[in-house]
Amino acid sequence: MNNLNLVFPEIFISLSVMFLLILGVFKKDSSQLTFNLSLVTILVAIILTVNETFSVNRITLFNESIVIDQMASLMKIITLIGAFLVLGISSSYLKSFKIFKIEYPILILSSVLGMMIMISSNDLMAFYMGLELQSLALYVLATFNRDQLKSSEAGLKYFVLSALSSGLLLYGCSLIYGFSGSTNFDVIANQLTSNDYALTFGIVFILVGLAFKISAVPFHMWAPDVYEGSPTTVTLFFTMVPKIAALTVFIRFLYVPFLNLIDQWQMIIVFLSIASMIFGAIAAIGQTNIKRLVAYSSIGHIGYTLAGLASGSNDGIQSSIIYISIYVVMNLALFSCLLMLKRNDQYYEDIDDLSGLSKNHPLLSLSLLIILFSLAGIPPLAGFFAKFYVFKAVIEQSMYFLAIVGLLSTVIAAFYYLRIIKIIYFDKEKEKYDSDHGIWLKFSLTFSTILILLYFIFPSQLIEVVSRIIII
Amino acid sequence: MDFPILSSLILLPIVGALFLFFTKDKDGNNLTAKYVALFATIVNFLISIYLWISFDQTTSSFQFVEERVWIKDFINYKVGVDGISILFILLTAFITPLCIVSVNNTVKNRLRDFLIAILIMESFMIGVFCALDLVVFYLFFEAGLIPMFLIIGIWGGPKRVYSAFKFFLYTLLGSVLMLVAIISIYWISGTTDVIKLYELGIDAKYQNLLWLAFFSSFAVKTPMWPVHTWLPDAHVEAPTAGSVLLAAILLKMAGYGFIRFSLGLFPLASEVFTPLVYTLSVIAIIFTSFIALMQEDMKKLIAYSSVAHMGFVTLGIFTLQQQGIEGSIIQMLSHGLVSAALFLCVGVVYDRMHSRLIKSYGGIVTIIPKYSILFMLFTLAALGLPGTFGFVGEFLILMGAFKDNFLVAVIASFGVILGAAYMLWLYKRVVFGKLVNEDLKKMVDLNRSEYLILICLAVPTLFFGFYPEPLFNTIEVSVSDLINMHNLNIASK
Repeated sequence: MNNLNLVFPEIFISLSVMFLLILGVFKKDSSQLTFNLSLVTILVAIILTVNETFSVNRITLFNESIVIDQMASLMKIITLIGAFLVLGISSSYLKSFKIFKIEYPILILSSVLGMMIMISSNDLMAFYMGLELQSLALYVLATFNRDQLKSSEAGLKYFVLSALSSGLLLYGCSLIYGFSGSTNFDVIANQLTSNDYALTFGIVFILVGLAFKISAVPFHMWAPDVYEGSPTTVTLFFTMVPKIAALTVFIRFLYVPFLNLIDQWQMIIVFLSIASMIFGAIAAIGQTNIKRLVAYSSIGHIGYTLAGLASGSNDGIQSSIIYISIYVVMNLALFSCLLMLKRNDQYYEDIDDLSGLSKNHPLLSLSLLIILFSLAGIPPLAGFFAKFYVFKAVIEQSMYFLAIVGLLSTVIAAFYYLRIIKIIYFDKEKEKYDSDHGIWLKFSLTFSTILILLYFIFPSQLIEVVSRIIII
Repeated sequence: MDFPILSSLILLPIVGALFLFFTKDKDGNNLTAKYVALFATIVNFLISIYLWISFDQTTSSFQFVEERVWIKDFINYKVGVDGISILFILLTAFITPLCIVSVNNTVKNRLRDFLIAILIMESFMIGVFCALDLVVFYLFFEAGLIPMFLIIGIWGGPKRVYSAFKFFLYTLLGSVLMLVAIISIYWISGTTDVIKLYELGIDAKYQNLLWLAFFSSFAVKTPMWPVHTWLPDAHVEAPTAGSVLLAAILLKMAGYGFIRFSLGLFPLASEVFTPLVYTLSVIAIIFTSFIALMQEDMKKLIAYSSVAHMGFVTLGIFTLQQQGIEGSIIQMLSHGLVSAALFLCVGVVYDRMHSRLIKSYGGIVTIIPKYSILFMLFTLAALGLPGTFGFVGEFLILMGAFKDNFLVAVIASFGVILGAAYMLWLYKRVVFGKLVNEDLKKMVDLNRSEYLILICLAVPTLFFGFYPEPLFNTIEVSVSDLINMHNLNIASK
């Protein structure tokens, strides 16, 4: 067992989960304690990840079923930071719904553990294990506000559809195992000499399963309902963290075992990408609930991320990773604003509730303005650069059609972002919202908004970090 | 390295805007904010004057160039000016303080935010005119949409939401293709640095498509017929200061883009597409002049006249003659001054009577004589009377056009007559004739700040009308070198 230190973060989190579970059960009124300890756990995991794995180029462990490379460590760090902030923001929201329980942080921790295994997986078995661990935790999280009908409905919907997609995924895995004789990504890559149709089927099944997890069109149907029904902090978690993990698996799966079959899967990814971009932009126009709107907008954004993947180059992979990182920050900012729309312990989540917000809450509206223009991809905000890198990679491969469709769909998408800005700035004001927010919310909003606004001054740093990721 | 004068021109308004952020509106007024904004913009204007004075007119190479690594191994932040761009910077820096003074009477709510938007707008516009990297240019070009959208949407008239959306989506749609083209240029030539691209040239087989992509953006922004429809809407609904910025400077970004990028980077394609531009320009001149004749709303009339004037500009640029291009630049500058003044004139009567309809005015010459005189001057300048700034540009453009294509020039000349018709008719209906409404008698003449603004605009209009020499000296070498380079490129293929 050499190099066991590389999986210290995972080991640490799993031990903490078990410890917290026992602590929560045996100690009365320990919600706050578990909560704080979970935050500490994530923090320690971040430090461990940075310390142990950040300088590692590529090492495989456990019979090559786990791989630690630049992509894995970077994505793990983003996942952990995302989870840390979501967990921090959650407390006041959960308290106002009286669902501040020990399970919440523990479920988040275990889903994060699942994602970390997914991110590092180099084997179909390890990958599936991680996927199921995170999914099972997420089903429960979706129903966490169990007194509300919508929350239970969201959880059930998510469970049924996700189980179906997992089934498809497993079927794909078994096909691939049958035709290549191994579940290990590297071995599969070496075995792939012939163009077997059955192998293509296997890839397609797995892609369908993965597309389900990242809610790419046409496998997006669950997303709006689940996003709307789940507690807002859980929705925030859904839109940020699992997508990072799923994207990493997407990249590893396409580019490690099946790089040689790029002709077979490139068209599929291009289709998923175009469909998601266009559908996400058009379907969001008619929405009235912000969480539903975010669901559709996240479908659109996944489309752009996939556009980078479709290009089939290192530049493309890197641009996708940059895109998802910037997207995560924008989403965090947007949801922080959403969680601030609170009056007398009641949260508001309709777009009309934003009406005339700028009169009473100038700073909050200004942040929303920046965030929304950034989501629409208007320079000089961070969202523009995210799109810019993706399309740079796409055009490098002369995929002009994809680039033009993608950019045209940003114009359509700009419409619904503008509509929100219009409601905030041009419409009549409503009652004031509470202005005493927790330090977590304030911090995450200021931090992410400043990051979005000032990204253009130091664009090289992120690129430098990401450019160390070399898959092909 | 010298003092980064261009970057400070870009940054100063933003710094001013940051200061404004800490002031507070009181009863719809905010003197501190006004003074800070005015101070920042006037200092900016003085710096740009200094820039012009220390500008070397004998060379066409870029001056005051600053270059910094921005995105490593990819894009450098690069700015610089030559004879073509420096005057636009001067125009921007000149118009913005006037806008801020004009705010005195027009903007009643959220004054501070309005001033912040104007200042940010100024810095983006200056950025557009001195950017020497395609990506940096695109960044400034697009970023300007945000403040303008807010200016129209928050402080605009009753149909402001529709107009703001139309403005934003139209221009964004035009620009995304330009982004594709810019990235393609990077992959084709390996750089987005304009100076290097001038030297390298772009492979002939890509030029046509790239030219069209740039054209789609500039045509919307110019605006050329048939994608001009956002302009009247935006103008009518925008507050006076917004209209002024839009007409005086925003429209010039596209004309400048045509000269700098379409001509400079794609000489072969420019040659190929000249007939297209001619056709659209001539249609714009004649067609929108007729539309302008029909208008009942003063702002709309002036907006359509802007489209017609910009038709002259595009016509002049693509004559690819010395006179034509110089005329276009002069025409853009004069239109910047004159249309700004006309919108301010409309703003003056609108503030008093709250109507922009021509029919609600008439016979005001005896009531507000000072206003009538100044309005007369700008009307005459707009129709291109010799002795005013408006004449110089139009005359040169037509001269260039006659050299290149007789038929087009003849048709365009009719536009001059039509221009005289709608402007004089407008003036006659508004200022002369019978008093249509007893309320008009209560109108007071120009107050001090309005007087100041209009005089500030009138002086250069007359001065450069009689003596445009300093402007020609500045642009001459750059334009002739541009044409020489163009001809060389054509000859070598």
